[in-house]
Formats: sequence, C-alpha cells, structure tokens
Amino acid sequence: MKILVAVKRVIDYNVQIRVKEDGTGVVTDNVKMSTNPPDDNAIEEAVKIKEAGKATEVVAVTVGEEKAQETVRKALAVGADRGIHVKVDGILEPLAVSKILQKIVDKEKPDLVFMGKQAIDDDCNQTGQMLSALLNWPQATFASKIDVKDNKLEVTREIDEGLETIEINVPAIVTCDLRLNEPRYASLPNIMKAKKKPIEEIAASDLGVDVSPRLEQLKVEEPPKRKAGIKVANVAELVQKLKNEAKVI
Amino acid sequence: MAVLLIAEHNNKELRPFTLNAATAASQIDSDVHAVIIGQNSVDAAKQLSELPVVKKVLSVEGAHYENFTAENFAPVIVKLAENYSHIVCSANTFGKNLMPRIAAHLDTSQVSDIIKVISPDTFLRPIYAGNAFATIKSNDAKKCVTIRPTSFDPCESTGGSAPIEKVDASEEFSNTKFIKREEIKSDRPELGTARIVVSGGRGMQSGDNFKLITEIADKLGAAIGASRAAVDAGYISNDHQVGQTGKVVVPDLYIAVGISGAIQHLAGMKESKVIVAINKDGEAPIFSVADYGLEADLFEALPQFMEELNKLNTIQK
Repeated sequence: MKILVAVKRVIDYNVQIRVKEDGTGVVTDNVKMSTNPPDDNAIEEAVKIKEAGKATEVVAVTVGEEKAQETVRKALAVGADRGIHVKVDGILEPLAVSKILQKIVDKEKPDLVFMGKQAIDDDCNQTGQMLSALLNWPQATFASKIDVKDNKLEVTREIDEGLETIEINVPAIVTCDLRLNEPRYASLPNIMKAKKKPIEEIAASDLGVDVSPRLEQLKVEEPPKRKAGIKVANVAELVQKLKNEAKVI
Repeated sequence: MAVLLIAEHNNKELRPFTLNAATAASQIDSDVHAVIIGQNSVDAAKQLSELPVVKKVLSVEGAHYENFTAENFAPVIVKLAENYSHIVCSANTFGKNLMPRIAAHLDTSQVSDIIKVISPDTFLRPIYAGNAFATIKSNDAKKCVTIRPTSFDPCESTGGSAPIEKVDASEEFSNTKFIKREEIKSDRPELGTARIVVSGGRGMQSGDNFKLITEIADKLGAAIGASRAAVDAGYISNDHQVGQTGKVVVPDLYIAVGISGAIQHLAGMKESKVIVAINKDGEAPIFSVADYGLEADLFEALPQFMEELNKLNTIQK
C-alpha cells in the first residue's frame, strides 16, 4: 500500500497573529512558520502504518511557494520516503489545492491520501473532502483512530455527538484529527538523512490546473476587542457579581 | 434564484442548528427551500415545513441515507443545485463533512463558517482561530456557504406550512459503510446551545475531579465543556471540546476552570456574553478575556462556589 500525505506550511500555532494595517491580510514577514499541526498527525500515522508493515511507501506532498518545501523536508525527517513540491505563488483556495492534488494522485496512484482535517490559518476544513469528491473516493474525515485491514480501513471519526466508526474501501481519503496520535520529533541523524531524500519539484503551471482564486478577500480586520474585566477577591464576591451585576445566574 | 438549505436531523427530528442555518439562509434570500435527506424522516420533514422562513421542503428518502454519509448525500444535492443560487448548511461536523464534497462537484469555492451575511455574495468569516475577521466576496455562479450556527439566532419554529415535495433518491455509494455511532447521552443542555457552560481544563488533573464541574453544571442547568488538553488527557470525551478544532459556544455565561486560555481555546468561547475564569496562575491568558477573574486554587474555589450557589434563593435556568 502506498500512502500520499499532503502537508501545508502555516504560521506556527503558538504565534499571536497580527493583522496588517492596510487590511490586506496578516503579517507573515519574520513570523515563525511550521507544518499545519494535524498534518503532522497525518504524516505520523502514515509512517506508523509503514512501520507496522502495512504500507510500502510514504510520499509527502506540499503545494505552495518556495519555502513550503520545509514542510516536506520535515516529513522526510520523521519517516516519509520521498517528497513532492508543487510550486505555486499566491493565495490558493482549497478547491485549487484539491485539483492539484488530484493530478498528483493520477500520477502517483496512491492507495490512501492522508492530510490534516483543517489548516489553522484559513480554518476552511475543505481540501480532503473536495479531493475525495473529485476522485469519487470514500472520505473519512476528522479521524481519531485508523485500523488498516486488507484493502479496507476502519476509521473512528470525531463528530459533534461523540464518535462514529465507518469502514471505507481503498483507495480512500482520510483527514486527521489532532487526537489520532502523538507526532514524533525528528532526531538530528534523521534530519541529516532527510537532506539526502529526493524531493521532486513540479511547477503548478505544468499540471494544467486553473488555480485562479474564485473568492475575493475584500478586507481583513481585527475582531472587536472585549472590554477589560476585573479580578474578584473571592468566591462570594464572584457569585454576588454574577447574580446582581451581570445578572446571569 | 432561491437558496437551498440542507437540514440536519436525526431521522426523527431536526437538529437545533438547522434553525440557525435557516436564519442565515433567509438573510441571503427570502426564498428559502430546504432539503431533508434521510430514512423515515417524515416527522422531521414536517417540522421543517413548519419553519416560517422555509417556502418549500424537498424530501429524499432511502435506506442508504440513514447515517448521513456525505458520499450518499452529495450527489442528491448536486443534482438539485441547478435550481439554486446558494447551498447553505451549518458548519458543524455534519456540514463540514458534507459541503466541500458538494462544492467540488459544482466546481465552486466554498465559503466556510460565516458569522455574518453582508450581501448575497459577501460574507464575514473568522480566520486564524478567530484572531482576524475576513470579508470574502464569492465570484462563483453558485455559492456553497457553511454558517457558524452560534452567530445566527434560531428562526421561528412554528407557524409555517410549506409544501413537502418528494425527490428521487440517488444511487448508493458502496465504498463507504457505516458501522456504529457512539453518542454520549446526557440530560444536560447541549453544549452548542446551552445558556451557561462550565468548562474544565488541564488544571482539573483527573477525570474524577470533573465531578466538581458536574455538580455546579447541574445546579446551574449548564452544559459541560473542556479544553483540548483535558480531552487529550482522557478526563472527558471529545464531544465536550471547545475551541478552534472543537465546538464554538456563545453562552450567556462561560465559566473556565483550570484552563490557561491558549488561543485555540479562546477561539471557541471568547464571544460568550460573560466570561468567568478561575485559575491559580494570575498570569494565565484566560484572564485577558474574562469579565470576572478569580485567582484561586480550583479545588478550594469550586466547593465554595457550590456553597454560595446553594445560599442563593433562586437561580435562573
């Protein structure tokens, strides 16, 4: 079984983002960037499946500007075998990314495609579902547990009401939740080894996909600020304030 | 053209957020039709027809719709879409799973999780865990929009009498099989719609200690929330998680106990009307969004809180 894992470079989850003064977006210059957190879970799961002898190859793919390749390099350092970097500049909508990934799937013919359930920058939660629609493959979204069986996966999904278990035939798409596993850290020797692993570079323009945006981002602004609150001295004062001032209990 | 609302239900009745999505749909265009796909879902379809904002109900029945599998739902809606300018659904796990599959088939760029309808083609949505708001204009002919239910009031639920029209089922998608659903049943209000939410974090230190939260929640008629750290640690099940990758809640009162307030958690609760933080670390970021902060050991504060509540003559429910 061959597993393709899609990874995205985003502003690190610990960074408190700042909105640009001209309202065109958020500040990304000199801001720490990392792999989108649930994409790390996707890589980890693929590598674990390979280590368990149930997959033969793990290929990491990213779509984005020059520096996006760092996320593929990181995936190689934690166990992916080789990488693909589809180079494209500018804002990409999930629909465009899923069309590019469809072309990569056509070329690589993986049995499974894994990725994070949501990117923490645009919070869209679309790409995996869109890719599975384009391929007409089954989709297991928000996965917190994956059991690989012969040509089938049993996947536990986190849904609003609790947990749901489904069985999907391969080829299939799985989007990963943060609770799927604990991503490992890359060791220094593995980081060095990863530098020798191949990364194929493909220009998005060579794939014949229209990636032009359909959405216009008219403005990005700061959300309204909450007015500063107060500290109360003790529980009695808290309950009195909630009862008589805020009138919520 | 009219707007098509996708109803969320459990085959017996509508799920409450369908009413919030209906409000958003009616703000896009007053001509709202609603599709309900399920098995033996006639009662829920009738309920849908009684929403005054809904002008027509489309009912699709089939055994393969019983478990709301997106692979079965999407083709039905894609087929219906030719008569509609917008497809609208709640941005909860049902809608998040389903809508992108529809959007890709329609070759349209979805607008996810909107918090405001500015005009029929322009919407406000949070990005970066709600740390920025983006105004997005869609230039696609057909628009697929998921709405953040807590940002829209529920519509009236009675008084309407829309006609119910049967629509043919689509073929079954055979490569996805439903096995089981484990729903946590509780008599408490639903987290997403509760007037009061009491949430615990890593500071609770164990699942057993959550009983301190449970007692207070029962007293206040509140739902129970949790930070991701508490869910990851196994103190409580995933359906309680509040935050960027969990649920978004906007109660009248949110009480955060032993929660430090990572931006990912704040994303799910900072629009609450009144926020209380109880934490022994006075520097915890949760205090920056709290209306009332209490710097205290929660193991002392929670029993006292219960005692004070017991002293009150009346508690609003």
